[in-house]
Amino acid sequence: MSLTRRDVENIAQLARLSISESELPAYVDSLSKILSFVEQLNAADTAHVEPMAHPLADQVQRLRDDVVTEEDRHEKYQRNAPAVEAGLYLVPKVIE
Amino acid sequence: MSELHHLTLAELAAGLRARRFSSVELTKHFLDRIARFNPDINAFITVTAEQALAAAEAADKRLAAGESTPLLGVPIAHKDIFCTDGVLTTCASRMLANFVAPYDATVVERLASAGAVSLGKANMDEFAMGSSNETSYFGPVKNPWDTKKVPGGSSGGSAAAVAARLAPAATATDTGGSIRQPAALTGLTGIKPTYGRVSRYGMIAFASSLDQAGTLTYTAQDAALLLGVMAGFDPRDSTSVDVPVPDYLATLEQPLAGLKIGLLKEFFEKGLEEQSAKLVREALAVYEKLGAKLVEVSLPNLPLSVPTYYVVAPAECSSNLSRFDGVRFGYRCENPTDLLDLYTRSRGEGFGAEVKRRIMTGTYVLSAGYYDAYYLKAQKVRRLIADDFARAFKEVDVLMGPTSPTTAFDIGAKVDDPITMYLNDIYTIGANLAGLPAMSIPCGFAGGLPVGLQIIGPHFSEAKLLNVAHGYQRETDWHRQMPSAYA
Amino acid sequence: MPSWETVIGLEIHAQLATKSKIFSGSSTAYGAAPNTQANLVDLGYPGVLPVLNREAVRMAVKFGLAIGANIARRSIFARKNYFYPDLPKGYQISQYEKPIVEHGRLEIVLEDGSRKTIGITRAHLEEDAGKSLHEDFHGLSGIDLNRAGTPLLEIVSEPDMRSAKEAVAYMKKIHTLVRYLEICDGNMQEGSFRCDANVSVRPVGQEKFGTRCEIKNLNSFRFIERAINYEVARQIEILENGGTIRQETRLYDPDKGETRALRSKEEANDYRYFPDPDLLPLALDDEFIESVRSTLPELPDEKAARYVEQFGLSAYDAGVLTASREMGDYYEAVVDKLGGHAKLAANWVMGELSGALNKENLDITQSRIDPERLAGLLARIVDETISGKIAKDVFELMWSEGRTADEIIEAEGLKQITDTGAIEKFIDEVMAANPKQLAEYRSGKDKLFGFFVGQVMKQTGGKANPAQVNELLKKKLSG
Repeated sequence: MSLTRRDVENIAQLARLSISESELPAYVDSLSKILSFVEQLNAADTAHVEPMAHPLADQVQRLRDDVVTEEDRHEKYQRNAPAVEAGLYLVPKVIE
Repeated sequence: MSELHHLTLAELAAGLRARRFSSVELTKHFLDRIARFNPDINAFITVTAEQALAAAEAADKRLAAGESTPLLGVPIAHKDIFCTDGVLTTCASRMLANFVAPYDATVVERLASAGAVSLGKANMDEFAMGSSNETSYFGPVKNPWDTKKVPGGSSGGSAAAVAARLAPAATATDTGGSIRQPAALTGLTGIKPTYGRVSRYGMIAFASSLDQAGTLTYTAQDAALLLGVMAGFDPRDSTSVDVPVPDYLATLEQPLAGLKIGLLKEFFEKGLEEQSAKLVREALAVYEKLGAKLVEVSLPNLPLSVPTYYVVAPAECSSNLSRFDGVRFGYRCENPTDLLDLYTRSRGEGFGAEVKRRIMTGTYVLSAGYYDAYYLKAQKVRRLIADDFARAFKEVDVLMGPTSPTTAFDIGAKVDDPITMYLNDIYTIGANLAGLPAMSIPCGFAGGLPVGLQIIGPHFSEAKLLNVAHGYQRETDWHRQMPSAYA
Repeated sequence: MPSWETVIGLEIHAQLATKSKIFSGSSTAYGAAPNTQANLVDLGYPGVLPVLNREAVRMAVKFGLAIGANIARRSIFARKNYFYPDLPKGYQISQYEKPIVEHGRLEIVLEDGSRKTIGITRAHLEEDAGKSLHEDFHGLSGIDLNRAGTPLLEIVSEPDMRSAKEAVAYMKKIHTLVRYLEICDGNMQEGSFRCDANVSVRPVGQEKFGTRCEIKNLNSFRFIERAINYEVARQIEILENGGTIRQETRLYDPDKGETRALRSKEEANDYRYFPDPDLLPLALDDEFIESVRSTLPELPDEKAARYVEQFGLSAYDAGVLTASREMGDYYEAVVDKLGGHAKLAANWVMGELSGALNKENLDITQSRIDPERLAGLLARIVDETISGKIAKDVFELMWSEGRTADEIIEAEGLKQITDTGAIEKFIDEVMAANPKQLAEYRSGKDKLFGFFVGQVMKQTGGKANPAQVNELLKKKLSG
């Protein structure tokens, strides 16, 4: 699999990563290599194989009781926030 | 009495209980060593001297009062991937360079309540993505056996700290070999438990279906001691398994006569350094001497583990790392012009090159039109690999082979070639894909650098693995070797 | 020009009425100060993990059983990946390939009384996002994540509706149902019940669907009808002018009464769904499903059928009285206290009572007259203490005051005159006062009978028993 610059730009956009012009060729190269490398998987016959999402096959989701266990700690949690006002996280204007 | 830093975790715990030395003494001893040696090896990102001494004092009071929790007063280090309430938790990333976690990971909480004293937070590959500890925003970690060499990764800081005797033990995590490979490269005992055995709550996620916390120690006995405290069901982690934790120390001494060891044929085929292969075979001979039976086992799909991993892990990481967006915590770029700019620059500037590479790989393999060909295919091959292991464990008790194809390599040697770097984990990834417990124990030196023997067991066979590792360590003293510069 | 057929499918988001969030122990209460109900899980902090709320699962199953759907014995949570400031993790935990509920159906009754079955493709569990507040924070937006992680049931219909009216009827029916099931409070102002509509048009007779647009922000029954009608007209106009419809997401602006394309120039959405590795497959056994089934209340359609059967009501009346569980409860309480007379009770609940409630914008639970007081009033109609007409006056007094019907009738002297002698006296007076009309009547002008009834009722202040008046008048007039 060989990616183009445009492909990598699109992936970076989808992943919300700014990639500079100078970094781009290296990513085009390494991502192409990685994708070619993983194409080895095509050698495996998986025609009747169920995909495996979890390493422990027989485990199922546990359910929690519907109980409110949390108290307000927003001041503590917001100490890590880059920009907060009136309890709200601030971001550049959201335009719909 | 030998130097405090020559003692194992178990010996230190016993010494504290016998009041041969105090926790404050012990903690100061290690803090002094960190102050002296850490600048050489860069094993710690954060040293919490003040909190450590306060915790040590408290432990001494409890010891004086006759209390004895398993790790009371024993210093340890935490990989900087575990959230620690009120303490910088960086994941070795610029993204979290100023992040003070507002809560403790379950692992941290359990160890603290067992009385362990945290010395600080160990360096690692950024977001645990790397096999050489060169991707850290805080600089590479050096291997105490040769500071021109890498310590392995991603738990390179934990490994280097313990190998240089800056801490008697450390927590670590393993997504594709991140405990076992550094253990092998620094001459330590490392265990990655069964997926779900140790809670992932508070452990910053890399690849959720593969990540598992474990330990780096000198001995299997120390690993048994530490893991016994860390393991157990946690209602805050849906993937945590509600299976009782056996007393790992109780079964350490069981005889190994009759043990059926499967020799992983595929691991000896190509890429393995000759000297390492020889040392691993010598280790197997020790087991034969102890009465174990060796059979060669073939896992035909195992050679596909690296490509499988490099689809599954990046896919999960690309999603797990989306929360780092410069809004609620973490790095935010200067003067974002709009929302898109806030996202792309905060993430572009906050993440290092390898993390970005994996996010992009993962984004690609999940994207429309490629999901089936890459992600779904990898999930299917993952099952084939897991089935291979399950079949093998019908025949044998444990599987053995090398941990790493090479000994520690030069810093900078592989940074420009991701595929070569990824292939370092060729022997370790299988256990993560199948969720199996696995260990690496030291089995000799090649060119002055440690070599590791890997032991893999069926799900929830940690007690057996520790028993098997301990049996070997009673016959050998590779695990007691120390790099002379830090002895 | 061809004539056009409208095709509509709805995606309804119902917030489930759990106490805590779907994956965390934070409260779901509405209206708290910003971010005071967002814990580490809701904020998407590094290292934290989701654990599923059992009650949210029960509620989803309850809904599935109520629409006769398949309940998946094994369903999967998936991540829907996209970046948005109100989405803390950069992905929404939802269900994609294997939802908890599939293949249900619901019957709607149209205005003309005809019935239609709407297919429900699926209903799945997911988490709600937070809110972006656009008040001016120096040109910035503020993010409140209190709502993030509130459990949602997304109910996806088949494209089975052919008009805005059908869409409204379907949405109302779902609204009724979720409140019957007590799984959603249905509060549209607070956003507990929201709807997106997929709208397309095609020439009548064409099988292939036209290109659809998704309209978001439909949070009232009125808006949905207007928005769809606007959108249909917009699409037809484009097509009739030779244009083509672009598949896009449009926002309804209730102030302008229009839909407009969302400005987001996002690349075509690529949500990169994949199974959430932090959550295991949700497995439901028969025991769980049966335990939920045992909590199912009588459903609106069942209740309406019973009203027809048991109370002899028309299908229309039964439908109105079962529009909400509370309405039905009120009605049945009145019938119970009254000891029957179901039709009379129905007329009053749908008539006077509903009118009074509507005037003040109250719902049935806020009625100023409880079922017992209303039954007290109706009992006086039944035993002929007062006439229906007087009863309306009494009702008005009851509505504005706290008194019972009996207290009012007594105090205001409204008791019906049923004494034959007394009524005859009034009749005699009326006949004496209107000799001309009497003569005309007696000479065959039967129509004047009504005139005499009116005069007698007027004389008695409306209190005479109308039946008796009729009977006695007939006798007396005929001489």
